Amino acid sequence: MPNQTNLETNILKMSADKKIDLSTEDLHVWYGDNEAIKGVSLEFEENKITSLIGPSGCGKSTYLRSLNRMNDEIESAKVTGKIIYKGIDVNASNIDVYEMRKNIGMVFQRPNPFSKSIYDNIAFALRRHGIKDKNTLDEAVETSLKQAALWDQVKDQLNKSALALSGGQQRLCIARAIALKPDILLLDEPASALDPISTSQVEETLLQLKEDYSIVIVTHNMQQASRISDYTAFFYVGNVIEYDETRKVFTRPKIQATEDYVSGHFG
Amino acid sequence: MEEIQAKLLGNSKKGRLEKLGKTVSFICIAIIVFVVVSILYFVTSKGLSTFFTDGVSFWGFLTGSVWSPGNVGENGQPLVGALPMITGSFLVTLLSAVLATPFAIGAAIFMTEISPSTGKKVLQPVVELLVGIPSVVYGFIGLTVVVPVVRSVFGGTGFGILSSTFVLFVMILPTVTSMAVDALNSVPRYYREASLAMGATRWQTIYKVVLRSAMPGLLTAVVFGMARAFGEALAVQMVIGNAALMPTSLVTPASTLTSILTMSMGNTVMGTLENNVLWSLALILMIMALFFNILTRWIGKKGAMK
Amino acid sequence: MSAKKWDKFAVGVLYALSIFIVLILFSLLAFILIRGLPQISWEFLTQPAKSFQVGGGIGIQLFNSFYLLFLTMLISTPLALGAAIYLSEYAKQNWLTDIIRTAIEVLSSLPSVVVGLFGFLIFVIQFDFGFSILSGALALTIFNLPLLTRTIEDSLQAIPGVQREAGLALGLSRWETVTRIILPAAIPGILTGMILAAGRIFGEAAALIYTAGQSAPALDFANWNPQSITSPLNIMRPAETLAVHIWKINSEGVMPDGAQVSAGASAVLVLAVLLFNVVARYLGKKLQKKATSA
Repeated sequence: MPNQTNLETNILKMSADKKIDLSTEDLHVWYGDNEAIKGVSLEFEENKITSLIGPSGCGKSTYLRSLNRMNDEIESAKVTGKIIYKGIDVNASNIDVYEMRKNIGMVFQRPNPFSKSIYDNIAFALRRHGIKDKNTLDEAVETSLKQAALWDQVKDQLNKSALALSGGQQRLCIARAIALKPDILLLDEPASALDPISTSQVEETLLQLKEDYSIVIVTHNMQQASRISDYTAFFYVGNVIEYDETRKVFTRPKIQATEDYVSGHFG
Repeated sequence: MEEIQAKLLGNSKKGRLEKLGKTVSFICIAIIVFVVVSILYFVTSKGLSTFFTDGVSFWGFLTGSVWSPGNVGENGQPLVGALPMITGSFLVTLLSAVLATPFAIGAAIFMTEISPSTGKKVLQPVVELLVGIPSVVYGFIGLTVVVPVVRSVFGGTGFGILSSTFVLFVMILPTVTSMAVDALNSVPRYYREASLAMGATRWQTIYKVVLRSAMPGLLTAVVFGMARAFGEALAVQMVIGNAALMPTSLVTPASTLTSILTMSMGNTVMGTLENNVLWSLALILMIMALFFNILTRWIGKKGAMK
Repeated sequence: MSAKKWDKFAVGVLYALSIFIVLILFSLLAFILIRGLPQISWEFLTQPAKSFQVGGGIGIQLFNSFYLLFLTMLISTPLALGAAIYLSEYAKQNWLTDIIRTAIEVLSSLPSVVVGLFGFLIFVIQFDFGFSILSGALALTIFNLPLLTRTIEDSLQAIPGVQREAGLALGLSRWETVTRIILPAAIPGILTGMILAAGRIFGEAAALIYTAGQSAPALDFANWNPQSITSPLNIMRPAETLAVHIWKINSEGVMPDGAQVSAGASAVLVLAVLLFNVVARYLGKKLQKKATSA
């Protein structure tokens, strides 16, 4: 890996006929004095899956967590730049963060179901957002579990603790996130803690979900990125140095570093 | 589309709830801090009034050996020498700590190094139960068992510093033991493995490696025990005899700061010198508690630097 | 002596020290129970105390102990809960938090007799609550707050951070996340901590002798009007507790059967504390199991 001081980059600009659901403009993230993201501008197309890849520590997760302002919860973190959603900069201080996160959902690296029943794991947030009607809740639970391909497995044990659910906790977390009917789903290495079977189930679920949602996924698994995503962004020390359609990034990358990484000659 | 934008920019209900919750929880913590500050303030100001309002000399109070509030000495100063109680408090504290330390650390080594399974099954519950026994029960047992035994062995009344020491020894033993166990447990496993692998015996390993690296924690445990002994009131009051005299032996009636406080506070009138000097005793107690607190912090910092 | 012999010798000494501690506990328990249990009867547990004659009970003191415990927990739990939530979820790493933590540590290190005297000065005299259950409960609250706050904070901290992220990512406020997700998940730990705190409160006497007082006026257990002085519910009446009773009998020495009554009362006190301990462990384990299975 040559030590480039002036990074050569190849960033895709979406053509005008594509619908853009979410984009960032010159996004910077600081942890204290350490600049973890150094001005990233990306556009994410609607109903597509975009993968964020790159060596560990490159900032891909940090970037993802800024998109629904989860970094607000970290004391030392500071995020500047614009995050454009529905034509508004949601990184502004006057934004209702809670409403925003409802529309931009997130699934984490480790499955983190609540210590509640499977039913309540999904219904809980809905209730907190004002949906009290039992039928509506039942319906939402069923729909989201079906969308997450978990319904058949758990329909007879909805009142069991989610912590006792083995194989499928991550899909439950996905169901929990989509029950709120977000526009965008952010996933932070959702399969890294899973076995191969669960991983492929999650991947299939994601391919189904993209009919209804725009998905941004961080992954360290190259095969996964090439299998499921339409676009891929390669992160390197806080910058994106290549962003293009996945097949282009994986077959003929324009940047040497990307080629080294996706072909496994990296580091 | 329009609706979502309005919602995103609108007045946030959740934001208001969040502010309310944060404020409520902050008020709770503020109340606690306020209480602490008031305790410090009131005890200090009451305790100092002996010197500023009643004009008692500070030095005379600390070093005078005659305690007879209400009476005036030959020099015209009230007889409020607190030295007997101060001596008593320090004596029972030091003696009980000296007695308890080998037992506590020995038992802690047994529980962590020699036989962790027996330690967990037998000693740990024993220690936890001992911590839970109320101090008046210790006082009662001291009165019915320790005092008669001391009396029959050493003569006299049986009340005094020796009996108090025994009672406090049993009282602080569980506290010091359980903290010593924590200290020993925090020594990394591989220290022991490295030492044993080099051919050291178990005891050499414990003595030269484990005890040495756990030293700050063990010291903290002993200081905690001393703080508890210094502040204990009723158990000591029941067995020390409560004579405000300079202790001349370990088996004659003596007194501590806490014992005189519990005995006399109800028999004096607020605002009088007799009452104010009691608050001065309480002030000494409080300062010592702060001192023990600072001491444990200091030990902790020293230990962390090593 | 060779290193091997030293090793054997040292281990022998350690065994002896440990056995000694176990023996102390067993002789303490044996003494209290053998002396105390024969004193305990239904009459003893329910009859009022008698000062100058034999045959008095501990009925009123026992009731007072439980009533004070109840009121103390009623006041201190919400306060400690709020304080713990602040420390665990909101406190930033800055000087203010340092001061708060130092203050709580100082409070927990103050001798209970100092807390009692402060309660005497402020609640009994300044606020003119007199020697009363209210003064006692407030003093015990001060005594209880630092430890309870710390246990609750520890229980909250034991819930993994990913649970908080999960709640926040669903568009919930931090407050909702804490009160509806973290707190319910931390209940086993909190409950265990509360019961252990209850044991400590139940046995505390030094903070009470100058706040709740040292007298136990007769109560009429049919009178449930909290305004009436003979009503058990009245919070403005003086209320000697069981622990204070033991202390007072022994330091006054006017009760002819003081030794027997103290032995009985001590046994009741120790059994109660043991019960708190056992229940706390059992409940903690049981709730933990329930949360992770079924």
